[in-house]
Amino acid sequence: MTIEPSARAEAVPPSGIRRFFELAEQQEEVISLGVGEPDFSAPWSAREAAIASLEQGKTSYTANRGKLELREAIADHVAAHHDLAYDSDEEILITTGVSEAIDLALRAIVDPGDTVAVAQPAYISYVPGAIFAGGEPLPVVTRPEDEFTLTPEVLTESGARDADVLVMNYPNNPTGATMTREQLEPVAEFAREHDLTVLSDEVYAQLSYEHEHTSIATLPGMRERTIVFNGFSKAYAMTGLRLGYALGPAGVIEAMNRIHQYTMLSAPTTPQYAAIEAIESCDDEVAEMRDQYNRRRRFVLSRFEELGLDCFPASGAFYAFPESPWDDSDAFAEALLEEEGVAVVPGDVFGEGGEGHLRVSYATGLGELKEAMARLESFLS
Amino acid sequence: MEGRDELLALLRENARYSTAELARLADMDEEAVEEEIAALEAEGALRGYQAVVDWSELDRERVRAMVELNVTLDRETSYGDIADRIVKFPEVTALRLVSGDYDFAMEVEGDSMSEVSWFISEKVAPIPEITQTVTHYVMDSYKENGIEFGDGDEDDRLSVSP
Repeated sequence: MTIEPSARAEAVPPSGIRRFFELAEQQEEVISLGVGEPDFSAPWSAREAAIASLEQGKTSYTANRGKLELREAIADHVAAHHDLAYDSDEEILITTGVSEAIDLALRAIVDPGDTVAVAQPAYISYVPGAIFAGGEPLPVVTRPEDEFTLTPEVLTESGARDADVLVMNYPNNPTGATMTREQLEPVAEFAREHDLTVLSDEVYAQLSYEHEHTSIATLPGMRERTIVFNGFSKAYAMTGLRLGYALGPAGVIEAMNRIHQYTMLSAPTTPQYAAIEAIESCDDEVAEMRDQYNRRRRFVLSRFEELGLDCFPASGAFYAFPESPWDDSDAFAEALLEEEGVAVVPGDVFGEGGEGHLRVSYATGLGELKEAMARLESFLS
Repeated sequence: MEGRDELLALLRENARYSTAELARLADMDEEAVEEEIAALEAEGALRGYQAVVDWSELDRERVRAMVELNVTLDRETSYGDIADRIVKFPEVTALRLVSGDYDFAMEVEGDSMSEVSWFISEKVAPIPEITQTVTHYVMDSYKENGIEFGDGDEDDRLSVSP
């Protein structure tokens, strides 16, 4: 016999990123601007805390919700940095990466047939997560003329007023767009008016270069209808340690924890020790990494301008999202990789609204960025 | 002030950035970059631009020593007066007044151990105010000026990821 995949698994196509990964792997001397994670390693003191925890034999499970000490540190951190107040006992759940937290949230709140509006282009997990949870994904396509911010107009046009859930991600992967408090206000109003639950993935919150990050949960009437996601992958360069968290009202965190305790039991223990140290002592390292990304961001944007590549001034995460010089961004990215050995990711991989653009990650050393831009220049001429 | 701090951070990271690159990275005009650097140099805040060399990678002997110096002062002689005499020697690459068991921490460089030893015993030790020298020869160097001398970590990230 053969094992047949379920209809649920079949409903989701493999990620388009995979194809580019395979193409890039076949080629030599590739400079990759296609990487969705920091080029730094986690701060040494955080790594050392993880090592020390292993030396002390801390290899058992933690509480389902994660170590209380870590939840307390997170509560203090989000209060100090993002003006968010969450109770460490009841309103914080530590998860295996933000991805798990988003999956839990969707499974905890979506009933079969519920509509999950997803602001796109966006990170690739939200739509499959909605499908796995039995929901109906509804793309809400942000526009280049709005610099890929979410507006009430695009929400209305897409029919999101009838949705049950809205998933959004600012600072955004893949566009590098951020949203100010003023830009978030009408979105919050829309959510209140149409009774939407908001899932706000803010994993790049600490990488906002033009203004302080604002969480939509801090807007009036939003805390009770929002689940905020953040983690340690991006700001602390700990992607492989797989540690994220969700902040939300006690009821929904309880429901998420119910699924979490049966499927994951607890997030991995060693990274939790690293994370406590990261929160408590690594602000300087985070600031230094942010400065480095910001320099590279300016470098890349200014080179794009010089090359006549149309690109809005991306202000967050570590991505720029220029218009593809060819209409077919897939064909352009493939040709650029084959002829110049520079890997970028075509925008259509990130859902509707991404076509015609390229995601350029500047989580790469400046020397390589320079060389990549020189190759891009020669390709364009 | 912000542009000035950013320029200093960039130059400390890599003093070989061109003016055009500095302008791009700091989000300034090239002219403003030139002006700010000229001002920093005129103020004596920017004292030089030097390469960080790992001599062990070259087939060349380069001997370095850290030397502890103890001195006695009198009414006419200050730390500054003694330092002025010592820093004149080209063999001395660094001289700092420090707290603790001794007064000056001196760094010396030369082509051979005998040359460095001769310099310390014949040129430094005889200075009347110097009462004691303790010399530590450098055996290996792992980090200089913030730059690690190891092979570095390989980039083991997936070449394309979401």
